[in-house]
Amino acid sequence: MTLSVTVGVESRRVNAQFTVPEGTTLALLGRNGSGKTTILETIAGLLAPDSGAVAHGDRTFIDVADGVFLRARDRHAALVSQADSLFPSMSVLDNVAFGARARGASRSDARATAQTWLGRVAAGDLASRRPGELSGGQARRVSIARALASSPTLVLLDEPFAGLDLESATAIRALLAETLRGITTVIATHAALDAHTLASHIAVLDGGRVAESGPVTRVLTKPHTAFAATMAGRVLLMGTPESQGIRLSTGELVPCETESVAAGATAAVALHPRDVALEPTGIADVVTALEPHGDLVRVHGARLAADVDPVAVPLPQPGDSVHFAVKLAGSAYSV
Amino acid sequence: MSQSASVQRRAPRAPAAPTPLWVRVLAGVAAALVLLPLLGVVLRVEWNGFLERVTSEQAVTAMGLSLRTAAIATVLCLALGAPLGIVLHRMRWKGRSVARALVLAPLVLPPVVGGLALLYAFGRRGLIGGPLDSAGLTIAFSTVAVVLAQTFVAMPFTVLAVESALAARGERLEVIAGTLGAKASTTLWRVTLPSLKTALATGAVLAFARSLGEFGATLTFAGSLQGVTRTAPLEIYLAREGDPQTAVALGLVLLVIAVTVVVVAFRPLGRPR
Repeated sequence: MTLSVTVGVESRRVNAQFTVPEGTTLALLGRNGSGKTTILETIAGLLAPDSGAVAHGDRTFIDVADGVFLRARDRHAALVSQADSLFPSMSVLDNVAFGARARGASRSDARATAQTWLGRVAAGDLASRRPGELSGGQARRVSIARALASSPTLVLLDEPFAGLDLESATAIRALLAETLRGITTVIATHAALDAHTLASHIAVLDGGRVAESGPVTRVLTKPHTAFAATMAGRVLLMGTPESQGIRLSTGELVPCETESVAAGATAAVALHPRDVALEPTGIADVVTALEPHGDLVRVHGARLAADVDPVAVPLPQPGDSVHFAVKLAGSAYSV
Repeated sequence: MSQSASVQRRAPRAPAAPTPLWVRVLAGVAAALVLLPLLGVVLRVEWNGFLERVTSEQAVTAMGLSLRTAAIATVLCLALGAPLGIVLHRMRWKGRSVARALVLAPLVLPPVVGGLALLYAFGRRGLIGGPLDSAGLTIAFSTVAVVLAQTFVAMPFTVLAVESALAARGERLEVIAGTLGAKASTTLWRVTLPSLKTALATGAVLAFARSLGEFGATLTFAGSLQGVTRTAPLEIYLAREGDPQTAVALGLVLLVIAVTVVVVAFRPLGRPR
């Protein structure tokens, strides 16, 4: 029951391909506008793509070449949409009971199940409200309860934590980690943390295409592409392996462990900006942006970034020439 | 459930958006255009003997027939027009705009022509009327014909109301209902129709009002038999020659009924949803 997805939607410049093994969770990691929502809505049946094929096990959802388009009802794929998608004419309770009712449960059974699910997303007290009376975060929690209550075989979550306060995000994250176990799931998110806590695999989406995919730890700690490194909050340096470290194409040597790099391969190292400093000498760069990071300032260059204590070090301005020095590089890997 | 007993919450009221003076002036002209003729009718009413005129056997019969047939026609307009509006909205082929134009034709067709068209279809020698007549079923010049004529001219209102409401809101929620396992008819009853409440109410009110005032098509297709096909508008038309005071009195009664229906039925539309 592997979920295999190939989606092409020209108008949104999406052309992505990935697979999700049965019972596992894939994080679609990408920025706003990278095509995450388009892909999820295509899998759920809200969109017909221009090209591609989607199949869950032996059930074909979409095959554009063969003219197959399975209606949403027969896909058993519950979507937690980012857009407002609760039924405005029903109470919150009836929204959550909708899936069970639709598949034949009695009204009282469906409502009892719904009440349980509302309790799990800490929304039990909202049962009698109308969707129009909910805040964004409340609506999101109800929407999650409704999707999970419909006993789906496939769960599609579009930025499930967007708009939630810290407390409910933490609670929902724990709930999802528990309830999604064994259910094939795709989570669209811009936060590496969600991938870490909920997913086993990542597909990094850049401009509608999968830039890189693989197991979560591998992609986040040993990314092969600069974009994946950025999404993981790191900076990627690549070069030729030497015994002392990695020789960059511009000539500088980044000292690190290179034993595990295969001979003749390109060596890469993913640096965390906290392991990089501004020094009088080192890797020459030009500052592109400054970004607050806790009580530090992240100084972004074209090639590297460093977390700097603005109290201890005079801050450079965008456009200034600086030198980055790598304090701690860990070990390099082949790409 | 215990939760259902909780207090109804309502969104806070938003202030009315400011209206430019010239819009208010034009609105005044529009109101005058409608209200002055109505005022004219009311002023012409001779209150002496008013009650006798509107409670005469003929008048009561005609008014009762009008209300009955218009009510049935309204139900038909909803039961048939709403499905037609939904199908029209969901049609994916190119002929949609042509199909829509044809469905709405009764709006532009002079009612007399509509009556003739109905005669050619359902009359004794009409397309369907012929075979039906040989089977012993005569539609033309019966009360059924009155209802048919009213439904014919009034149905575009419900079709249009439903179709434009669907076009305005999109059908994302219907697909979401599908992802949760709902059948097409479950989705229709629980998601689509509740959201069309306002549109259906509007369509029904317009259809009822149009049916109540129907004249041309009824006269052509159903004739003017007292108690069978002579509705209030036909009665008014007849009375106009010999007894204009009765015509005016009946007209006022029709007007009061129409206003009452609109006021009652449009009440939910004023509130924010």
